[in-house]
Amino acid sequence: MMSTLQTAASLVYLVSAICYVLGVHLMRSPKSARNGNLLSGAGMLLAVIMVTIELIVQGKITAMGWLVLIAGLVLGVLYGVIKARRVEMTAVPQLVSLFNAVGGGAAAAIGIFDYFHMPTGSSLSLVFSIPVLLDIVIGGTTFSGSLIAMGKLAGKISGKPISFPGARICNFIVIIAMIVGAVLIIGFPVTPWYLALVLVASLIFGLLMTLPIGGADMPVVVSLLNAFTGLAVAFAGFVINNQVLIIAGALVGAAGTILTLQMAEAMHRSVANIIVGGFGAGATGKGAAASDVPVNVTETTADDIGLQLGYAHNVMIVPGYGLAAAQAQHELAELAKLLTDSGINVNYAIHPVAGRMPGHMNVLLADVNVPYDQMKQLEDANSMFEDTDVSLVIGANDVTNPLARESGNPISGMPILNVDQSKSVVVIKRSMSTGYAGVANPLFSDDKTTMFFADAKTGLQDIIAATKQYLD
Amino acid sequence: MSQQLFTNLAIFILSLLVGFEVMSKIPATLQTPMMSGANAIHGVVVVGAFVIAAEANNVALYILAFLCAFFAAVNVAGGYTLTDRMLHMFDRPKASKNDDGGDK
Repeated sequence: MMSTLQTAASLVYLVSAICYVLGVHLMRSPKSARNGNLLSGAGMLLAVIMVTIELIVQGKITAMGWLVLIAGLVLGVLYGVIKARRVEMTAVPQLVSLFNAVGGGAAAAIGIFDYFHMPTGSSLSLVFSIPVLLDIVIGGTTFSGSLIAMGKLAGKISGKPISFPGARICNFIVIIAMIVGAVLIIGFPVTPWYLALVLVASLIFGLLMTLPIGGADMPVVVSLLNAFTGLAVAFAGFVINNQVLIIAGALVGAAGTILTLQMAEAMHRSVANIIVGGFGAGATGKGAAASDVPVNVTETTADDIGLQLGYAHNVMIVPGYGLAAAQAQHELAELAKLLTDSGINVNYAIHPVAGRMPGHMNVLLADVNVPYDQMKQLEDANSMFEDTDVSLVIGANDVTNPLARESGNPISGMPILNVDQSKSVVVIKRSMSTGYAGVANPLFSDDKTTMFFADAKTGLQDIIAATKQYLD
Repeated sequence: MSQQLFTNLAIFILSLLVGFEVMSKIPATLQTPMMSGANAIHGVVVVGAFVIAAEANNVALYILAFLCAFFAAVNVAGGYTLTDRMLHMFDRPKASKNDDGGDK
């Protein structure tokens, strides 16, 4: 009986693992992505049903066990689904970070549970102690690290790199504590204090790792922590000898690592620099080297912009972080619709890292019903600027900086949108401050560029009102 | 015991390789949904919550099992819902265009 159940469970877990792999495979293309996610979700449901059957047939679980399990699941599902349904699309990165934190926390809880479950004083085999240790260290680090990342993305914690005197000594002490705890857990009989030491050290390590990293690098960090959580889950699978955890965890660990590298590449950053730069003293003084901002810019008014747009044939909208931060995507879509309805050709030039993380701008624009075929990716957009009458740059800076085509500055070689090739450029920006890279943008002082200093949301509202006059 | 370890280790390493292979070049458009989708998959840790709940037999362990079930459920349910919401937005414009075409 027992072995029939085990065979059935193994086969079902295998099927659900296949669903995850095929699901990720399908998610690589926009057309099949949704089905891919649904397939992966179906695999998840299958695994949950199977483990429920296992529990019922084994009959080992106590009534109290059922109670805490069901209470935890019901509350968790409600909280997770409500959060996911209600979140503003601009706040997606921090929510992913929260889901990542709790995933890491759950993986660590499994390791802690199994260590506590061993009688105090009993000695452990390496086969058990090493996975427990890796599970708790990685799970604990991603738990606290992801919460900090979430706070930084939500603006609750300063997005600036936070460092304090003695940070290096703190790091050193924490790593030593972690190693001591590891040795105690592996080499000595079970004692709850050993585990507490490793857990606390891991949680502090997560804080120290994430605090010194700047807010603009956070998406890459979230993706990296996501891969870490995958590994923590895989090690939890070793601890409880469950293959579906091992397969799915390792899959996310590896796929998440590749995704992190691709995101970092799109943002023209290196993962090593982001992490090590945070740990070292390198973070201080960054941005101080910003060169002087060009002063000879031409300011314009909403009325002039309305006139310019009303008489254009081809308009290219270049949305950036400022648009996402001001949550002005609704106003932007309204303006674009106004122009399109009057027969003006409107497209969006979307830099791979526009918004808060790669692909985020596409999600924001799709949310306000911008047609998919109007969203032009980097290469397509760059072939269209020469025929563009007006480029409307909203809250974007570094991704339009022509200096990237020259050498010897922080953004050299970064792929940019060639906005400077269009016939005229209007930039909506709150101030002349530099972008994340801390480099002045010569586009702003170009002869064909006019600047409109405003918050993206109120600025666009004024432009909509002005444009209406000229379209009648 | 060591037989079991080697089986699990083989599964782990081969799954890592599958993960590296399956995640070739992703268009930037899909990187955020993909991250969220991968995030949902590690919600499989919820299966572990069931396994430990079956073993719990004292207050501390019940609390740990509850926390694990709650955390994992937030991860898995929230992760899939959020990913689906994002991906749904990508096929909505296409769908509405087809609808318009049919009406007019």
